[in-house]
Amino acid sequence: MSTVAQKKGFLAVLWDYLTTVDHKKIAILYLTSGGFFFLVGGIEAMIIRIQLAVPDNNFVSAGLYNELLTMHGTTMIFLAAMPLLFGFMNAIVPLQIGARDVAFPFLNSLGFWLFFFGGVFLNLSWFLGGAPDAGWTSYASLSIASEGHGIDFYVLGLQISGAGTLISGINFLVTIINMRAPGMTYMRMPLFTWSTFVASALILFAFPPLTVGLFLMMFDRMFGANFFDASMGGNTIIWEHLFWIFGHPEVYILILPAFGIFSEIFATFSRKRLFGYAAMVFATVLIGFLGFMVWAHHMFTVGLGPTANAIFAVATMAIAVPTGVKIFNWMLTMWGGSISFTTPMLYAVAFIPSFTAGGVTGVMLASAAADYQYHDTYFVVAHFHYVIIGGVVLGLLAGTHFYWPKMFGTMLNEFLGKITFWLFLIGFHATFFIQHFLGLMGMPRRIWKFLPGQGLDMPNLISTVGAFFMAVAVIVLLVNIVITQVKNVRVGNDPWGDGRTLEWAIPSPPPFYNFKQLPLVRGLDPYWIEKMEGNTKMTPAEPLSDIHMPNNSFIPFVMSLGLFIAAFGAMYQVSWRASEGESFVWALPVLIIGMLITIGAMAVRSLKDDHGYHIHKEDLLDDEEGGRE
Amino acid sequence: MKNGLKKWRLLSLFTALAFILSGCGEPFVSALQPAGEVARQQYNLMILSAVIMVVVIIVVAIVYIIAITKFRRSKIGEDVIPKQVEGSHTLEIMWTVIPIILVLVLAVPTVYVTFALADQAEMEEVDEEGNRTALVIDVRANLYWWEFAYPDQGIVTAQDLVVPTDQNVYFNVIGHDVKHSFWIPAVGGKIDTNVENVNTFYLNFDSEAAENVDNLFYGKCAELCGPSHALMDFKVQTMSGDEFEEWVTAMQEVAEEEQQPENELQARGQEVYQDQGCIGCHAVDPTQQIGSSTGPNLTTFGERSYVAGILDNRDPDLSQEDNIKDWIRNSDSLKPGNKMPVYNEDDLSDEDLDALTEYLMSLKVFSE
Repeated sequence: MSTVAQKKGFLAVLWDYLTTVDHKKIAILYLTSGGFFFLVGGIEAMIIRIQLAVPDNNFVSAGLYNELLTMHGTTMIFLAAMPLLFGFMNAIVPLQIGARDVAFPFLNSLGFWLFFFGGVFLNLSWFLGGAPDAGWTSYASLSIASEGHGIDFYVLGLQISGAGTLISGINFLVTIINMRAPGMTYMRMPLFTWSTFVASALILFAFPPLTVGLFLMMFDRMFGANFFDASMGGNTIIWEHLFWIFGHPEVYILILPAFGIFSEIFATFSRKRLFGYAAMVFATVLIGFLGFMVWAHHMFTVGLGPTANAIFAVATMAIAVPTGVKIFNWMLTMWGGSISFTTPMLYAVAFIPSFTAGGVTGVMLASAAADYQYHDTYFVVAHFHYVIIGGVVLGLLAGTHFYWPKMFGTMLNEFLGKITFWLFLIGFHATFFIQHFLGLMGMPRRIWKFLPGQGLDMPNLISTVGAFFMAVAVIVLLVNIVITQVKNVRVGNDPWGDGRTLEWAIPSPPPFYNFKQLPLVRGLDPYWIEKMEGNTKMTPAEPLSDIHMPNNSFIPFVMSLGLFIAAFGAMYQVSWRASEGESFVWALPVLIIGMLITIGAMAVRSLKDDHGYHIHKEDLLDDEEGGRE
Repeated sequence: MKNGLKKWRLLSLFTALAFILSGCGEPFVSALQPAGEVARQQYNLMILSAVIMVVVIIVVAIVYIIAITKFRRSKIGEDVIPKQVEGSHTLEIMWTVIPIILVLVLAVPTVYVTFALADQAEMEEVDEEGNRTALVIDVRANLYWWEFAYPDQGIVTAQDLVVPTDQNVYFNVIGHDVKHSFWIPAVGGKIDTNVENVNTFYLNFDSEAAENVDNLFYGKCAELCGPSHALMDFKVQTMSGDEFEEWVTAMQEVAEEEQQPENELQARGQEVYQDQGCIGCHAVDPTQQIGSSTGPNLTTFGERSYVAGILDNRDPDLSQEDNIKDWIRNSDSLKPGNKMPVYNEDDLSDEDLDALTEYLMSLKVFSE
């Protein structure tokens, strides 16, 4: 295997990405497809805000509006925020722990393609008779009553992409437990690795309840089971529990990696080690643990009774404590440091007040009796956009700027980056701050239109104007990305100059085997330690020797494609049976063919040995450039 | 001097907060202008939590602003390597313990109010004859309309909830088709109308606050229930306890006596009402189809504040007559997905519509 840089044709590059098992390329796949779905979800958001700009508006119809709000939420959570975070986890975590790849490169690829096909399937609903329209929570009585195939798209699409997420979560757990470089003890792991670790554990425990819920709903809709049909002895509250037992940890699955990214950024651009590292780790684990104990705070008005409500209220408030610890530790990291206001640092700095605002409204919402007023109003909409945009999205944007050089070897333009930052920040607060008041003034959430004369007109208009600022900011970011990649000015190992962790000790982008020799880790922030002692490189922990690498594989793509095809069959067999075999006769064969493709691919994978290959020592010696492709 | 200025600013912040909040929204629909005991308790919790949170935000803001102004690299110098501080136990214990105390300050009243609002002992109380003393209303939420039954009084109405002020009113709520949520923002928080079980809670309507809003509060559906979720509004007419007794009596009497049309047009309208099958879904007798009607009961239709919960009869530009006609002709575009059929000119001639409207407007029990 030659590591000499080669020019490749488009098809060769495409084939390379379709078959890759390299965590850095899978990261780029996640980033691209997550970015695409982010734009789709953003367009849906803009249509929602245009519809609500003025009272009694008819920009979109009532049914379409419900589809938009459902797809906006579902897309942003499952198909944008999570994959984008997986993108950064894939790109950075193996580098941060000094590993050559994740533990299961094949599964890594499978996880991505499952997510991708699940997401594509879900979005095809727009062109095949209508998108799901029961909200991203898809509460059972409404989703069972929903006509057409919208909810089927939701159930099957999320089931497929959820399997991908679960696989990726397990992969990261195993990777972080087993693949750390010599000397990289748990308490020397960078915070982003720690938060990935905890978030992956949350995925492991949170996604199975969702899977169960989706299966029950699938049986209800496709085979006439009655799990959620109250008239047949079913119970819709069960869905709410299953959904939120998944749904609340999901919030932490999103926010913890963002916390991790910010922790790296604060330390880097303050030139100071993270203040209270041990407390930060403990707080991360504690938030993850408490995240499972509070799901019923989404259900205070369901009528669970005062005892359950009181317990879940207090448990929810408890989460404020570790979160507060984190906020103060970040501020104290900056305190006494030397703060450089690069674009990623601007996002991190703006994150503190934005997220604090989202956090305190979270505590307000935890107060069960008061929540009877907040619940399902725009106050809640404002709250979760403050945590998700003010926390997760700012984290993603910060991460994009911060890790772009490591992933692509070029620096995003700082000037354009700062323009994006300011437009986005102003737009974000303009859009969502006022929504707190809209909710308290009596505006329920998920409403297609509001009628005039209720004092809601002006705040809604302001909110819509803010949304346009955010849209412009995202466009500027896209322009920035295009300009940067066209100019293609290459950067070195540590382009920010203040890198502290292992990823900054190797070339940007790293060679496909990451580390020629595994590094010896001598403490927290290992690269910083070496730099302070005047070293430019990490001390190797092993002699130069052959490196064992996995082969590329097309099987994950085929496996996922099979499920994608089968999903169509599964969905339309309902119509086939409804028409008593008159139409949709192809549905059942398609279901079977799809499943056969997947099972066949699994059989091939199981029966055919694939031992990978070795990069020989001699080739590594010649490869001073780091094997850039 | 400078210190005094700061304190003054802090004070003005609180005043501003209180002022902004109390001026927020319209009194008939805003949770920030509580019009009853339940809403007031919830509002007090809101203010308590908001004040605690503002304090937290101020502390964070001070540390934050000092940190990002004092320690900029442009001030410190390009090549300075700051001391690599590991942490501080004192500080970390401080910002763990203080939040715990703040959370407790909020948790105690939260638990107290949560239990207080769930106390339904009064609902079981009976007088010497074994009759329930408290007023209980059965709320049944349907796709885009609300049914309000008074089981102890044996009457039912729809869309306009009628309640007495200054006493606890108990609600048993259930969803008929899909899940909805019953919410009167100015009077108290919401409760879901589940499809499988009855939920119970109470509200209290304050007479003074009710006078401020001409005895009419807005109610809403707060749980996504389909295309017209946004339009599933209802209204609450409040009256004094005595007046309410009179209203109940009037309703009960309406059922006993046959209503005679006042003029020919009304008589024709009544015929149309029968012929078109309106009566199949819309009873005009408050004792019929309690808990089982397929459409809103129209006994009091002529004195409702709104048509279908969304067309304002008090609007000077549009008369009640226009609203009724608009609804009958265009119900599907006014409330997409609702269950009422549309009646165009072919189904219902303009003359018949005039007559029907006249008849519907005559359906009154409690006003002259």
